[in-house]
Amino acid sequence: MKADPAGVLTGVHYLDGDKACAEGGLAAGCRFFAGYPITPSTEVAERVSERFPYMGGMFIQMEDELASMAAILGGSWAGVKSMTVTSGPGFSLMMENIGLGAMLETPCVVVNVQRGGPSTGLPTLPGQADMMQARWGSHGDYRLIALSPNSPQECFDLTITAFNFSEKYRVPVLFMMDECVGHMTEKVVIPEADKIDLTERRYTKKKPGEYLPYAYGEDLIPDMAKAGDGHFFHVTGLTHDERGYPDMTWEMQEKCVHRLIDKIDKNVDEIFMIEEENMDKAEVVVISYGITSRVALRGIQLAEQAGMKNIGRMRLITVWPFPEKRIRELAKKVKAFVVPEMNYGQMVLEVERCAGGQCKTILVPHGGGTVHKPETIYQAIKEAYK
Amino acid sequence: MKKDNEIRIAGFGGQGIILAGYIIGKAAAIYDDKFSTLIQSFGPEARGSSCAAQVIISESQILYPYIVKPNIAMLMSKDAYERFGGELTDGDIMLIEKDLVQPKKNGKKISVYAIPATRLAEEMGRKIVTNIIMVGFFSAITQITSYEATRKAVESSVPPGTQELNLKAFETGYNYGKKLLSSSEKNVA
Amino acid sequence: MKAAEVEEIQKKPKTRKTKSVEEEHPLEKWLRMDRMPHIWCSTCGIGTAVTCFIEAIKKTTLAREDICVVSGIGCSGRIAGYIKQDSFHTTHGRAIPFAVGLKLANPKLKVVVFSGDGDLSSIGGNHLIHTARRNLDITVLCINNFIYAMTGGQVAPTTPPTAIATTTPYGNYEHPFNLPALAAACGAVYVARWTALHVRRLTNSMAEALQKKGFSFVEIICPCTTLYARKNKLGSGLDLMKFYHDNSVIVNGADPREVDIQFQSEIKVGKFIDVDKPTYLDSYNTYMKTKLGDKFKPYGVTDEERQ
Ligand SMILES: Cc1ncc(C[n+]2csc(CCOP(=O)(O)OP(=O)(O)O)c2C)c(N)n1
Ligand code: SF4
Ligand SMILES: [Mg+2]
Repeated sequence: MKADPAGVLTGVHYLDGDKACAEGGLAAGCRFFAGYPITPSTEVAERVSERFPYMGGMFIQMEDELASMAAILGGSWAGVKSMTVTSGPGFSLMMENIGLGAMLETPCVVVNVQRGGPSTGLPTLPGQADMMQARWGSHGDYRLIALSPNSPQECFDLTITAFNFSEKYRVPVLFMMDECVGHMTEKVVIPEADKIDLTERRYTKKKPGEYLPYAYGEDLIPDMAKAGDGHFFHVTGLTHDERGYPDMTWEMQEKCVHRLIDKIDKNVDEIFMIEEENMDKAEVVVISYGITSRVALRGIQLAEQAGMKNIGRMRLITVWPFPEKRIRELAKKVKAFVVPEMNYGQMVLEVERCAGGQCKTILVPHGGGTVHKPETIYQAIKEAYK
Repeated sequence: MKKDNEIRIAGFGGQGIILAGYIIGKAAAIYDDKFSTLIQSFGPEARGSSCAAQVIISESQILYPYIVKPNIAMLMSKDAYERFGGELTDGDIMLIEKDLVQPKKNGKKISVYAIPATRLAEEMGRKIVTNIIMVGFFSAITQITSYEATRKAVESSVPPGTQELNLKAFETGYNYGKKLLSSSEKNVA
Repeated sequence: MKAAEVEEIQKKPKTRKTKSVEEEHPLEKWLRMDRMPHIWCSTCGIGTAVTCFIEAIKKTTLAREDICVVSGIGCSGRIAGYIKQDSFHTTHGRAIPFAVGLKLANPKLKVVVFSGDGDLSSIGGNHLIHTARRNLDITVLCINNFIYAMTGGQVAPTTPPTAIATTTPYGNYEHPFNLPALAAACGAVYVARWTALHVRRLTNSMAEALQKKGFSFVEIICPCTTLYARKNKLGSGLDLMKFYHDNSVIVNGADPREVDIQFQSEIKVGKFIDVDKPTYLDSYNTYMKTKLGDKFKPYGVTDEERQ
């Protein structure tokens, strides 16, 4: 299905990442937004509140992030594409209901414009230190999808992808921006509505009385219903059976939770989005994501100027699920992975795990507050080359 | 590879610093078909009433998003001059608000161009267009963003209904710059 | 009036006794019979409140498929699981914001939050006050059993002074919430309180609340026999019903500030507030229309309806 022109601001714009993300949401058909102001994400909410009245969307500034997250789950179950936006402290508050979203299998998009942490940290400056929280932040076992844009253009494009994934796989999709990308203004091209492909929610075709909210077929993704359609369905955050009824046995736990994991794990090939360059002859591979991927490329250029020609570049666009298979393959061929990230070692743990000791893994840490110096990344590449 | 232009724009809140940066960046990225990245300073340098923006303009995609060493500074307050004036080195360009900034000689070969933008805006009856005068001045002096592109960027960035006034302000700044260049009434600080 | 109440008490056990297990339950159509037996203790008041709610729905003209029930976590939080409507068992304290999302995303729905005192006024207290403030068009039914029951009887924001809870083993020394006063002060347009004894009045009140436009709040004083009554040596379920009978006073229109509850004191019940004011959505649509004129696309209104 194509985007609704009412939400698509077709044209060439000069926008910051936050506003571009808002436009991406509107283009994707988001018409319910609940949020709570927090730097550096507030501009997304502001933009949506300004634009929604013209397209029949509903914006509400909730009393806190707990409420925002719960509200978008409600919005989604009422049949409207829903999103919220926050940053570190708010992301922490959303965690419990992100888990509810995973358990109820509720499509929605949660944007985290990451700032430096922990705690209040650096409200106006970038960080990438919520990456593991995105993976493990809510209690219990589940799988979600997380994407990481590296430019305002991608803030637009990938917010649409985030909605598409969330509808297709019935999961909350975490959109892991950072302050730098969020507050950076660049050219953003917004195509015409009929050039934007949207994945629509798969609603049940069953008649009332026949519908089971968690019955699934081969793709492991149950058809959805929405409130008010007369199915009188029940959903719960408790471990449940196909009817959505609590069944708190280990057998049902195995069935219920395992499927939440499998529906993502079995589809990784479709969910992965990675950008690769110069991998054929690569001796050293630099793996990065978000704004750091741009700075890393500058570091690679410096290394190339210094005569190191065989440097591969991998950029994670999808960060969760992690591209395990690909990293394992590469680990057999290369000398080292270099992983710059704006934290003291998060995604690098995954790289190291997948490398399985077959090659070196070198972290280039950074506490956040600004981006890496390209020279630092260059030095790490040089080290890896040895 | 041609060197990127790294532009620092600073002043105090209410002068429209960010919009000035936005217009310059937009002129380059959209109407001159180059690459540009604008970063508003949210960091410690944005404290108090001061306000700063950084614009990088390049022929290729900008990888490192922040200014490393500005080659152009557009400074619209004493405070901004004191904070950022020292970043420039030989051959760089400094644009200043003539009545608000008194540049001191520091031995570096910096081309300093001054414009009484606030006074000119007041003469137009609208102090609010000071920043647009500065943008016109910037285009005329540096030629980093073309006349056409900058003009279009002004037109498409200001609130509807104020285009005429703002374009007039732009022309005022631009013409002032052109005249200044021909009379070479510039200062080498 | 008193006689009617007595009748209510007397009728109850009788109808219960004569009911055989094989007989079709009168609420069969409205309950998830495939989930019976429910988890509530016998003589718990929650079941009575559920029955009243279903009877209340029947009294309204609402389309059944439009009614959604949202609960948080607790004994009361399980209500959503037994009512055969679109029903959502969410997280502790977050039933109201979830309901806000449902309602705003589809304003045609009649969204009911049915949950416990702890869930709604402690962990979810912020949502309660803000949703009342906005006059968001939902109905909140609060089971007040004066305690955190599901977790085993801890003190709640509603526990009366001196009452024993597992975390106030020497008695409660905190000041409790007066929930009707809280809801009213925050802007609720309909506020009532009944006990689980007042089934007829409670049912009527629930029906009124369901049909009220705006934020309606009904507090249901409810026996928790297993925990609150036992810890405080208040006797059986019947003893509590007797207590409600002897100690509740109907004061319709009472100033909500004057209906606070002390330990085993008089309980003022009745409809306290019933006023009209624009709902969140009405305010939004009206205000935006004046600001943005024809360019404004009202929310929750189809193009035809707008004509
Ligand atoms: C975040 C969170 N904290 C604590 C709990 C544990 N918990 C479950 S129910 C409950 C209290 C419920 O009290 P109330 O709302 O009065 O319901 P009741 O059981 O009395 O009906 C608590 C604290 C929880 N489920 N989630
Ligand atoms: S513990 Fe109390 S509230 Fe819970 S079901 Fe039993 S009697 Fe009811
Ligand atoms: Mg309770």
